[in-house]
Amino acid sequence: MTELYPFLVVLLLLNIVVGMVRILRGPTAADRMLAAEMFATSAVVIVLLMAVVSDNLALIDVALIFALLAALASVTFVSRAWSAMAVGEPGRECKDDERGGTP
Amino acid sequence: MTAAQWIGGLLVFAGIPFFLLGTLGLLRFPDVYTRLHALAKADNVGLGLVCIGLGIQSGSVALLLKLMLIWVLMLIASATAAGLIARTALARGLRPWGT
Repeated sequence: MTELYPFLVVLLLLNIVVGMVRILRGPTAADRMLAAEMFATSAVVIVLLMAVVSDNLALIDVALIFALLAALASVTFVSRAWSAMAVGEPGRECKDDERGGTP
Repeated sequence: MTAAQWIGGLLVFAGIPFFLLGTLGLLRFPDVYTRLHALAKADNVGLGLVCIGLGIQSGSVALLLKLMLIWVLMLIASATAAGLIARTALARGLRPWGT
């Protein structure tokens, strides 16, 4: 069963390529960030499968680092790039998401 | 092949469709809240099944615990991100779909 894992890796890579459509389209920056989080999770799975395929257990530590960075990335995105403070008065539909937030 | 190999392999193969369906939801759902819902399934269930499957296949308790650690980290990351993004989207005035 392990010899089928390279096909799963290719399937997940194609999955990431299809998910890029959401990064192209997604109206708000949050949609793009959600797609990026999906890529992070897929990358963890790809690295884990490659660790088994190539019999290289160091790759499991790489996946661990990816999982840690995924937590940091989303929190940094909300606190720095897409915070609620940047909008002005809340309750108003914001159209300025294309800028990617205020510095 | 031993039974552990088969059970682990089946769990890994059961986890992959969650990623495909997560991408489908990410592409097809109408707004950011529903996309958060689709993404959480891929993060939590898909990665969990793959981690448990690979851990059972490896046959070593240390590796199984390390894979569980990866899964728990991604659970924390996913839950934190979902809460923060949904709250921020509401505060920025994005209306949920259908309201």
